[in-house]
Amino acid sequence: MTSTYQNPRYEFQLPAALHAAGPEGQRVVIAGGGVVGLTMALELAWRGIASVVLDEDDTVSTGSRAICWAKRTLEIYGRLGLGKRFLEKGVTWSRGRVFFQDREAYGFDLLPELGHEYPAFVNLQQYYAEEWLVQACAASGLVDMRWKTRVAGVESRADGALLRLSTPAGDYRMQAEWLLACDGARSTLREALALPFLGQVFRDRFLIADVVMHADFPAERWFWFNPPFHPGQSVLLHKQPDNVWRIDFQLGWDADPEAEKAPEKVTARVKAMLEGATGRPAPEFSLEWVSVYTFRCRRLEKFRHGRILFAGDSAHQVSPFGARGGNGGVQDVDNLGWKLAAVLRGAAPESLLDSYDTERIPATDENILNSTRATDFITPKNQAARAYRDAVLELAEAHAFARPLVNSGRLSRPAILGDSTLATPSTPAALPLGAPAPDAPVMHAGQADWLLRHISADGGFCLLCFGDPPTSLPVGITSVVVRDSEQPATLWDHAGLAAQRYDARPGDCLLLRPDQHLAARWHMPSTAEIAAAHRRALGY
Amino acid sequence: MALQTEPRLSDPDALYEALMAAHRDLDEATSRRLDARLVLLLANHIGDMTVLREAIALAAARKGDKP
Repeated sequence: MTSTYQNPRYEFQLPAALHAAGPEGQRVVIAGGGVVGLTMALELAWRGIASVVLDEDDTVSTGSRAICWAKRTLEIYGRLGLGKRFLEKGVTWSRGRVFFQDREAYGFDLLPELGHEYPAFVNLQQYYAEEWLVQACAASGLVDMRWKTRVAGVESRADGALLRLSTPAGDYRMQAEWLLACDGARSTLREALALPFLGQVFRDRFLIADVVMHADFPAERWFWFNPPFHPGQSVLLHKQPDNVWRIDFQLGWDADPEAEKAPEKVTARVKAMLEGATGRPAPEFSLEWVSVYTFRCRRLEKFRHGRILFAGDSAHQVSPFGARGGNGGVQDVDNLGWKLAAVLRGAAPESLLDSYDTERIPATDENILNSTRATDFITPKNQAARAYRDAVLELAEAHAFARPLVNSGRLSRPAILGDSTLATPSTPAALPLGAPAPDAPVMHAGQADWLLRHISADGGFCLLCFGDPPTSLPVGITSVVVRDSEQPATLWDHAGLAAQRYDARPGDCLLLRPDQHLAARWHMPSTAEIAAAHRRALGY
Repeated sequence: MALQTEPRLSDPDALYEALMAAHRDLDEATSRRLDARLVLLLANHIGDMTVLREAIALAAARKGDKP
């Protein structure tokens, strides 16, 4: 279907358990081989844990789908060894521009400061991300991909889950000690377990038209409210690799989804948009992928159901404005991966997994809140809402105060796990407890390097010390020492940005979890204090 | 209550007249946008979310509702 990308086809392997008397036993089973399921498998493999991934198809994403990968996601993929590929192939951007009618209302920069390895966003078609994840999973030797394998039934048990699997060669059963439900918005597992998935439906329809063309729009996010070329509705333009451009047209609730997908109708809309936006004849273009969608904002009441844990769209759904779906799912994985690995290694009690709920549910609610607010701005529900929306846009061009009120999507930022029970109450600082570790440029052995590459690089807890580290560290913690001068076996904070971003003075130590979130901080702590915070962060 | 509701205008009739003049000859939708711009400008001028929430609650309460 697409002209710039050929979907790989993965071979179905005849499962050994097909004609076995009993179910195949597995420790960790991941249902769903999309972005979240594959990232989950790679994350666990990175931590030395083997898993089986079940996917009913035999290929990666059909169509570009999720295209905006946020900084935190890129940092996570950096740890998993894919960061460079995203940067090299993807389109880096940080600037957004908002237009109202025929004029620019304002522009914004999502990462105005320098000194981070990864940019605010990289745009990349979902199929590339999934293809690279499949390759990395295979290279790990710890991921058993079962293509063309559909979950036909599930039974939740105290010691795991019993799955009935359907394949082209017949059905078989699998007993999973742990089942990770990464099977997307239409989750079979969620439905099979009859878990309520509640929230708000938005009465609006949108058309995605991905077109291939040579155009000279910059690598920026452009958003129009009520432009002359698409009156009364909004339009979004985004650049992707391979000269593919994402154009997202708001259609309104009454639009006929089938009629809107007709190529001649889409082509006419795109032509009008290109001519309207540039004032010049439209360049030659071809349609790459077309989709009409509606959306909801909703979540499961709990993500952990005993030995079955939900992650990504199976657990929560948001509108696409803000890129909080896929990026939120990758943060789920980042949160769950180290906890499950610790439980499986016997390094933490099973109850540690309850913190997946207490940390990711508030994070999800934050995503849903931001997504709902953006949707209310983009799709005014009544005349008063429309009047306020247009008033904000009218004021924004001339008055700085109105610009922060413009909401074309509040773009994904990592959650600060503020109320986490895993954190040890500490002296308040500018970097709050539960925050993800910020990056900073450092010098390492005479070479330019990045601080985040060193934090929990071994997959464990990290004590980040500004100046001399404590004389002894509890087992399971590795120290990273940052100094304000060049010294052997330490990182040199040559620009002073590490100390600034961590709000740290000489003698300060910060305990970072394996997912690089801040668990505790002190000034010159004792070994006993560090050990207590470490145990607490492991759920003891 | 942080919101001031005691009389503070030196010339109430002049304010009323200025509001009417701004709306004169405007159709319904344009008038609505004018009011919205006005609310947003004043809200930013006040700049205190506690005061603004009290004002919204007071304005939204119907006659006869308890304050």
